[in-house]
Amino acid sequence: MTEEIIIAGFGGQGVLSMGKILAYSGIMQDQEVSWMPSYGPEMRGGTANVTVILSDERISSPILRAYDTAIILNQQSMDKFEHTIKPGGTLLYDPNGISHHPTRKDINIFRVEAAKKASEMGSGKIFNMIVLGAYLQIKPLVKIENVVKGLRKSLPERHHKLIPLNEDAIHVGMKNVESMQSI
Amino acid sequence: MGELRLMKGNEALAEAIIRAGADGYFGYPITPQSEVIEYLTAAKPQDRTGMVVLQAESEVASINMLYGGGATGKKVVTSSSSPGISLMQEGLSYIAGAEIPIVIANVVRGGPGLGDIQPAQSDYFQSTKGGGHGDYRLLVLAPSSVQEMSDFVPLSFDLAFKYRMPVMILSDGAIGQMMEKVELFDQIPRLTDQEVKDKYPWATNGKPKGGERRVITSLDLDPAKLEQHNYHLQEKYRTIEQNEVRYEQIMCDDADYILVAYGSSARISQKSIQLLRAKGIKVGLLRLITLWPFPTMKIQELVQKGIKGFLAVEMSAGQMVEDVRLAVEGKVKVAHYGRLGGVIHSPEEVAEALEQKIIGG
Amino acid sequence: MSEIAIKDIIKTENLVYKKTSLMTDKPLSYCPGCGHGTAHRLIMEVIEELGKENDTVGVAPVGCSVLAYEFMNVDMQEAAHGRAPAVATAIKRLWPEKIVFTYQGDGDLAAIGTAETIHACNRGEKIVIVFINNGIYGMTGGQMAPTTLVGMKTSTSPFGRDVSLMGNPLKITELVAQLPGTYFVSRQAVHTPAAARKARKAIKQAFQNQIEGIPGLSFIEIVSNCNSGWKMTPVDANNWMVDNMFPYYPLGDIKVNGELVNK
Repeated sequence: MTEEIIIAGFGGQGVLSMGKILAYSGIMQDQEVSWMPSYGPEMRGGTANVTVILSDERISSPILRAYDTAIILNQQSMDKFEHTIKPGGTLLYDPNGISHHPTRKDINIFRVEAAKKASEMGSGKIFNMIVLGAYLQIKPLVKIENVVKGLRKSLPERHHKLIPLNEDAIHVGMKNVESMQSI
Repeated sequence: MGELRLMKGNEALAEAIIRAGADGYFGYPITPQSEVIEYLTAAKPQDRTGMVVLQAESEVASINMLYGGGATGKKVVTSSSSPGISLMQEGLSYIAGAEIPIVIANVVRGGPGLGDIQPAQSDYFQSTKGGGHGDYRLLVLAPSSVQEMSDFVPLSFDLAFKYRMPVMILSDGAIGQMMEKVELFDQIPRLTDQEVKDKYPWATNGKPKGGERRVITSLDLDPAKLEQHNYHLQEKYRTIEQNEVRYEQIMCDDADYILVAYGSSARISQKSIQLLRAKGIKVGLLRLITLWPFPTMKIQELVQKGIKGFLAVEMSAGQMVEDVRLAVEGKVKVAHYGRLGGVIHSPEEVAEALEQKIIGG
Repeated sequence: MSEIAIKDIIKTENLVYKKTSLMTDKPLSYCPGCGHGTAHRLIMEVIEELGKENDTVGVAPVGCSVLAYEFMNVDMQEAAHGRAPAVATAIKRLWPEKIVFTYQGDGDLAAIGTAETIHACNRGEKIVIVFINNGIYGMTGGQMAPTTLVGMKTSTSPFGRDVSLMGNPLKITELVAQLPGTYFVSRQAVHTPAAARKARKAIKQAFQNQIEGIPGLSFIEIVSNCNSGWKMTPVDANNWMVDNMFPYYPLGDIKVNGELVNK
């Protein structure tokens, strides 16, 4: 199994940390992982994206132009990455702020109202965990218990009290993912 | 099994510096490797092992701190990125001339000049052909994973002390900034002062009682003596060329064509091989681990075996390709592919380049 | 007098001067009349007197005293031009119990190595810097130094140092004395026995500070001559130094026990 994922959105949406938690979860179940951020000038204010690879084998290129899954969280990222999904691959997006919806016919498309749910839950900070939950509902590549272990590893000790809230957010994401197109 | 962590290449390098039993890190911040000194100052190595960490006033000072520290027999290391490494070239020449063991990591970014802060591999010439003045070499190791960013630190110290010379870990912004799973090796204890004195009698750390003073210098105003010193250095370099060439062959056994690459380009090329093999093209990868010494003999062996062409893949305008050409001696086709200025080539672009430049060309 | 053999003269009670064993037997390469030899000897005598022969690492510069390591019989390193304070910083940080000093000329310390000098002083490295200021580049044949006096002729200021073109002579010693990291800053000379005795006292104080682990750097400038570079006889050079160098670079302590001396 090898899953090549791009997660893309605005800086501040927790794109990089979501990738990190996913990568840590992979390590918790003995997978090979890589996490390759876009960085530099792109990091400041504009779009942020990260390529995460989970695999049972040694990972070749951490830098990719075609992905099994794209998780897209703003319009710029939709414009930039929709066409990079491999035929038969998966697109997950949050419709919040999206005016041009995906048009590809050869991919599976899912959406999750993560921004809306996060505000309902009263915390913008769990937005990315709702998205992660939605992703794990579609592709249960890592076990939730390993995500929690990953959270413990990647969050500083002082934030560990937030882990139950994050776990709830994952479940909210899992429940609220909608399939828009299935091929 | 050692401790598993998800780490950036720069962080793994920093943690490995502590665990390798280094005595001192002297450095100056520069993107994309500032995490190294940030990690080292936060990790309190002075409490863990007694290691010294000092932010110098410049890269010029850092490399000269390595000169001073290394010449006392202590394990010293610095890290920087391309423009900073350029500033260190004077010091590296002195260190090579005075035969001081030190380790230096270069997390390469786009150049020339201030360039940018994106990953590049355009410092190959500087690293492998000298860089500073005079006839000297650096032993250059090229990690292609976060794991190797860690593993190559103790290896570099071993080689530096074995040959009394500067060893460079030549990485790039991609390897430095990406996170991967890394298995950390266990703490190697720092040598005590007495162990340093016993192990390295050449080191200048206080004249032995009843013994002769030691001098560390790169100066000899007598050309006949300086020529002898140069012959001695060259002899050492020939020994290293015999003993220390390191590389990895990936799918070379049945290959018709070979990609030659190192660092992040080697990772990208691994994917290119998958893409090309899916099309029925038999391609292998010769991944360089030492850039100097260069695996000339291995490439000649591959030519003998009937390889039809080599594509040198590097994020430069064509630097390593010159060494591939020298090894191949015009017997088969050699071409270069690489993006410049901090642009990273994709696996697809590399695959296309092989088809166009080697197979089709 | 033929009845007195040489062996009768060589007796401990007849000894009036003995070279310290911390100077090697290699003949000094300096010009006759140059101050380097005396300065070397004073440092080595002090190290011997303090019993630190086996615990000292010295750092030589680039300049006339590039070969200081040939004469100073302790562990020595030869640094790149201007970098001795950085080299010494690492030695001291890694071997805090050792006594570490640099020996540098004016071009080395006050021109090419200004950054290393200022920052080692500012960090308060617990080292001794001995700075020989003769207002010229001796080694390379008498070019202008940062400390060359206004109007002084050198091979790169053949019509005299012109402030509008070449700036003012740099009082780097006064400059480093302003930094909180320096503990003891003194300017001395070695052109007469009396001056050499004072210089020796200052050098000893500097090394004593380091042995005692006092937090801060000790910086000793020695105003010296360069009769070759100045194109004078040794005696004329010394007189010229007294008349011209000393008024601009006045001798005496500048900072003692971390406090600037009021003059």
